[in-house]
Amino acid sequence: MGLVLLQRRAVDALAFLFASAATLFGLFWLFWILWTTFRRGLGAINVALFTQMTPPPGSTGGLLNAFYGSAVMIGFAVIVGAPLGVAAGTYLAEHGRYSRLAAAVSFLNDVLLSAPSIVIGLFVYEIVVRTSGHFSGYAGAIALAMILLPIVVRTSDEALRLVPDQMREAAFALGVPRWRVTAQILYKAAMTAILTGVLLGVARIAGETAPLLFTALNNQFWSGSLSGPLANVPVVIFQYAMSPYDEWHTLAWAGALVLTLFVLGLNLVVRMIAKRTSK
Amino acid sequence: MTPSGAHTLTAFDEDMRRLRELIAEMGARSEGAIHEAIRCLIERDSEAAARLVEADQAIDRLEAEAEDQVVRLIALRAPMADDLRDALAALKIAGVVERIADYAKNIARRVKRLPAKGSIEPLSLLPQMANMASAMVHDVLVAFVERDAAKAKKVSASDDALDDFYDSIFRTLLTFMMENPQNIGPSTSLLFVAKNLERIGDHATNIAEMVYFAATGDRLPDPAERETP
Amino acid sequence: MIELMEWREGAARQSEEPPKIEVRDVDFFYGKTQALKNVSLSVPVHAVTAIIGPSGCGKSTLLRTLNRIYEIYPDQHATGEILIDGADILDRRFPLSELRRRVGMVFQKPTPFATSIRNNVAFALSYYERLSRSEMADRVEDALRRAALWDEVKDKLGASALSLSGGQQQRLCIARTLAVRPDVILLDEPTSALDPISTARIEELIHELRGQFTIVIVTHNMQQAARVSQRTAFFHLGEVVEFGDTAQIFTNPRVQRTQDYITGRYG
Repeated sequence: MGLVLLQRRAVDALAFLFASAATLFGLFWLFWILWTTFRRGLGAINVALFTQMTPPPGSTGGLLNAFYGSAVMIGFAVIVGAPLGVAAGTYLAEHGRYSRLAAAVSFLNDVLLSAPSIVIGLFVYEIVVRTSGHFSGYAGAIALAMILLPIVVRTSDEALRLVPDQMREAAFALGVPRWRVTAQILYKAAMTAILTGVLLGVARIAGETAPLLFTALNNQFWSGSLSGPLANVPVVIFQYAMSPYDEWHTLAWAGALVLTLFVLGLNLVVRMIAKRTSK
Repeated sequence: MTPSGAHTLTAFDEDMRRLRELIAEMGARSEGAIHEAIRCLIERDSEAAARLVEADQAIDRLEAEAEDQVVRLIALRAPMADDLRDALAALKIAGVVERIADYAKNIARRVKRLPAKGSIEPLSLLPQMANMASAMVHDVLVAFVERDAAKAKKVSASDDALDDFYDSIFRTLLTFMMENPQNIGPSTSLLFVAKNLERIGDHATNIAEMVYFAATGDRLPDPAERETP
Repeated sequence: MIELMEWREGAARQSEEPPKIEVRDVDFFYGKTQALKNVSLSVPVHAVTAIIGPSGCGKSTLLRTLNRIYEIYPDQHATGEILIDGADILDRRFPLSELRRRVGMVFQKPTPFATSIRNNVAFALSYYERLSRSEMADRVEDALRRAALWDEVKDKLGASALSLSGGQQQRLCIARTLAVRPDVILLDEPTSALDPISTARIEELIHELRGQFTIVIVTHNMQQAARVSQRTAFFHLGEVVEFGDTAQIFTNPRVQRTQDYITGRYG
């Protein structure tokens, strides 16, 4: 009897050891990445970063046009993609529970969700860039929207499905029509979850590089218009990191740091929202 | 309707069984008391009569125990339908059986009023009446334990015969008293004894009505009331 | 003495009024499975009718046909007739909105909407009626008073409904239903998720409401049915086994199966 107990304890300890080791291993790389990013990029964080444009090779400057371009394209993507995504998610959760069409749509959505972003970039390149003859911010925004859309569809669908059926029944039992129930009751109940989904989608598209290579490309200078190539953070990082210029390397790291902090910040916001609503 | 099957909660069946046992015990003792009281009367055995009076207390205690058991049953088991009727019937029946035992006790008390010697003719009528009364008590309690509405009905019907018997004893005693004023004393005692036996029969009929109601949920049709002096 | 006479007269009067709801030969199907078999029932007006029976006997199913809430689920359907005030509500042409305004339902699990207490009560009301701000406030207060909740929430109407206790939430759900002034209130095991004190409060509320509404309550707690209702129906395997006055059902049922269920002889 005592031996069995000892064996069990030994197995338990061993398993714990392995799990801890694996965790430490994963954490190690994460911390190294973060540490490197901080170390290399922190020095370049200054006011100039946010006030000056991307410089020509050999000189210092900032990333203002890149930040602006990224912000504009992300904003556009959210304005186009989020409402569409929520609407589609609503359809799947509310009206399409028993329909085969809805099942097909859901499946296709999952396919789009896992499509490599470079494929999406290529698609938008063909449709928009080729036909318009030039790279543009619009193309970039469309590509980002197409990446955001399936994420929001999935999370909205799940968010609405999380609302218990009893609440639906209670609302329907009052005789109120379906659209009102959805708009006034279900959205209120699922709002935080839907918002969380959108924010996580934004965190994802903030760092998408491949599609932007084909669509928005990059712009050395300030561009206020979306109909031409538009500067953006990921592509700038890509270009500057592979260049031979030290100043550009520094800027690339700075950009990477800002991007990382942005994504981290979004995740923190999501967590705070979740904590507040679970009380 | 028959109460088919046992309760899912067997403790319930246990409680009901205990209750019925208590009542059956009270009934058996009361029947014995009736016979013993009449025997004491006939043999003028005042010592045994005194013991019988003492023994009545045990029956009183059984009644109290039965009452407690019913209260407990109602509080803890929340009986419904036939179970509820059974419990309430048991409560009332316990009270009535206790009163029957009291009548037997009263009969025993009469023993010392009778002259210690000398025969009293009408005395010989009493054992038969006592048997009739005690048989009614016996049958009705069997009906209770078996939840048999038909048996209860029969007991109720046999009360008439007992009342008739009382009437004839009454007339006999009247004649006996008129023969000789000396007989008046013992005759009145015997009259009371006969009255007690007749009341026992009435009580047995009451029990029969309770048993019938418990078993069926309906009431026995009222028998025509008889006037008894 | 006079009270006794009035009570007797009231009871007699009630039996003369036509039934509020008449269920006639209703069958119900979950897909291919038949859950209700040829159910017929008369629900009296201004009284509480209880439906009891073991799990899966169809009592909740019947309740849910009375406001056609089952239509949310496409594989469920009912045949037969259900007349409320003489009109067949199972008829496709009967307007669903109208039906659900007149027949309210309170569910087993209290489900307040994720909004303020005031909005919970006003939600359906604002759909049915055009009311001014003050009229709406009056109606909300009226409903909360009738649900015996007003005193507890009058100072925090704007607070989230989720901050209320379980018993309060259930009373809020009742207030929500009362706000649109239905004729019939359906209660599906309304207190099975609540503690005894909340349960007692809601039973008292049901008692107060029955004078103005027709109430049908499904409960698996026989004692509750006995406490709260005037008529009781015993369901078993999708059929009505016995239907009668509550007092009679619980003291002297006519059918063996009813007696077995009530006395705890589940065999």
